[in-house]
Amino acid sequence: MVAKPGLDGHDRGARVLARCFRDAGFEVIYTGCHQTAEQIAAAAVQEDVDLVGLSCLSGAHRALFPRVVELLREKNAADITVIGGGIIPEQDFQPLYASGIKAIFTPGASLDSIVEWIKTNIKPR
Amino acid sequence: MAYFSQETQDASARLTEKWEAEVGKSVKDNPDQKERFSTVSDLEIKRLYTPEDMQCTDFSADIGVPGEYPYLRGNQATGYRGRYWTFRMFSGMGSATDTNRRWHLLLKQGQTGLSTAFDFPTLMGYDSDSPKALGEVGKCGVAIDTLEDFLALIDGIPLDKVTTSMTINPPATVLWAMYCAAAAIKGVPLAKIGGTIQNDMLKEFIAQKTFMCPPEPSVKLISDTVEFGTQYVPRWNTISISGYHIREAGSTAVQELAFTLRDGIEYVEDVVRRKGLNVDDFAPRLSFFFNAHIDFFEEICKMRAARRMWAKIMKERFGAKNPRSWWLRFHTQTAGCSLTAQQPYNNVVRTAIEALAAVLGGTQSLHTNSLDEVLCLPSEHAVEIALRTQQILAEETGVAHTIDPLGGSYFIESLTNEMERKAWKYISKIDAMGGMIAAIGRGFPQMEIAEAAYRFQKQLDDREKIMVGVNKYATEVKQAIPLVEIDEKVGAEQMQRLRDVKRKRDNRAVLQSLAAIRNACKKGDNVMPCCIEAVKNLATLQEICDVYREVYGEYRDPGLY
Repeated sequence: MVAKPGLDGHDRGARVLARCFRDAGFEVIYTGCHQTAEQIAAAAVQEDVDLVGLSCLSGAHRALFPRVVELLREKNAADITVIGGGIIPEQDFQPLYASGIKAIFTPGASLDSIVEWIKTNIKPR
Repeated sequence: MAYFSQETQDASARLTEKWEAEVGKSVKDNPDQKERFSTVSDLEIKRLYTPEDMQCTDFSADIGVPGEYPYLRGNQATGYRGRYWTFRMFSGMGSATDTNRRWHLLLKQGQTGLSTAFDFPTLMGYDSDSPKALGEVGKCGVAIDTLEDFLALIDGIPLDKVTTSMTINPPATVLWAMYCAAAAIKGVPLAKIGGTIQNDMLKEFIAQKTFMCPPEPSVKLISDTVEFGTQYVPRWNTISISGYHIREAGSTAVQELAFTLRDGIEYVEDVVRRKGLNVDDFAPRLSFFFNAHIDFFEEICKMRAARRMWAKIMKERFGAKNPRSWWLRFHTQTAGCSLTAQQPYNNVVRTAIEALAAVLGGTQSLHTNSLDEVLCLPSEHAVEIALRTQQILAEETGVAHTIDPLGGSYFIESLTNEMERKAWKYISKIDAMGGMIAAIGRGFPQMEIAEAAYRFQKQLDDREKIMVGVNKYATEVKQAIPLVEIDEKVGAEQMQRLRDVKRKRDNRAVLQSLAAIRNACKKGDNVMPCCIEAVKNLATLQEICDVYREVYGEYRDPGLY
């Protein structure tokens, strides 16, 4: 599942990735913009996804990414992997990893590198 | 009439043939670096352009002179000699006071117009204390909840002298009402204030995704502002019809051109139909906003084509009689999406080249991106370099001495014509769908852009297209630059200010003025007078936008990809 948390409308990256994942043979759900962390967690559980990819370019990732992980845990869905991308300053990587975000992809990451990471790290449950 | 005499055409054909034979021999020994050369938008470019490429060009009808229809070479007969483009840096951060400080700094450094960046809650019509605003307050721009914030924002700015642009869309009526109310408080008549509200909702559904209500009522609110401006605020540009965001979302240059002009057509039609205004009453105050991307010539041609196309649209499609209605006046911003987080100092070079394209394309106003804007809001140091880039272009390089210096080039005229042709095709297609609102409903422009964005990303991955420092010439050593961070306490302080305003205001007056807006919405009246009254009574941005949401409903992103 590719998800856009918060009010940020910069969705070029999210939409390009959704297409790329589809072409890579994954089953893709794209939430569209302006989702709350609650909506994302609920959709992830309901659709029983393997992975949630969060995209945020507004600076709200610090508040919103950890919140999605936390909500998934509350829903006993901690086995859903959460990764993130967007405009994420390097000093934010450690706190995000500590909160349970498993990988972070920033501008310049190739489509292949992201697909590769998923194929290596996500096994269908 | 043919552009070149028969004699010239014959000579050209003869010499071109000779040249082709020479090329044929040379490439056998030294093959070209790639099979196909194309613009960043993937338009194929030939090795050479000759008089033959201008065979279908008619000098008087297609080219002409600046200041005359069809305005290919510029609106103004005098070009930049009388006045440079406006140096207008898009700026907003943290609180209103923080942003006001930055504005004064920029004006001191020689900026000639202001441009406001709002944070996401403001852009989407939410107050800073809304749960939806979590983590976003003051981050991507300035947080404005009430007229008090707005007054702090414009503190010390002479509203009758400096023009201010506000990048605000769904809540444009509210922010503009704040500007009008602030002018009244400062004793500046509405007829004297000048500026722009972006107020272009169609491109929001197509690309930028800052929306609130569905397309139909969103356009109604825009027509309200056009009508109000026509009657009371004659120096205000009530819409900035924007291609910038369409391009940033990944469109090609031709798509940017076509979708933007088609959006413009939709607005003109709505104002004429809904408000019964004569097109010449309001068209001179319509303005445009384009992207200056990295493919130098393509951008110049796009801007030239845009001017000629809009003149034709206004004259032929809408029957406008006032030459000012035929003018396409536009602001330009260099392309954020062309910048790289890697080796960020290279961004200074990219921005300079893009700004040059905007100037050669004849822009009326320009924002140059700062080298760090790919990572954060611009630092004082970075924004100064960006502003100085414009000043160097204007005052050192000599590029503004003469009008449309590339006009008449075989290549430039041919590419301008080609882009225009391709853009008309899109416009006809959207006409056939029943207009832009209908096309958006079918997801047409959204999917065209998604397709182009994906194609470009794959070209990058395959190194068919190059971004220096990203997919070529990448280095392990990082160029570290200082990053501006918005203090988390900005949000808490903003919420406190909002609580204070709510405590001291007259709540009965607020409720009455909100009821007046609700009533205007339901009856289809112009909301602007009620909006000005409401903000004067310190109604908040969200309180007014909640009325719109309640009456008109909410639009949700269909999530097309």
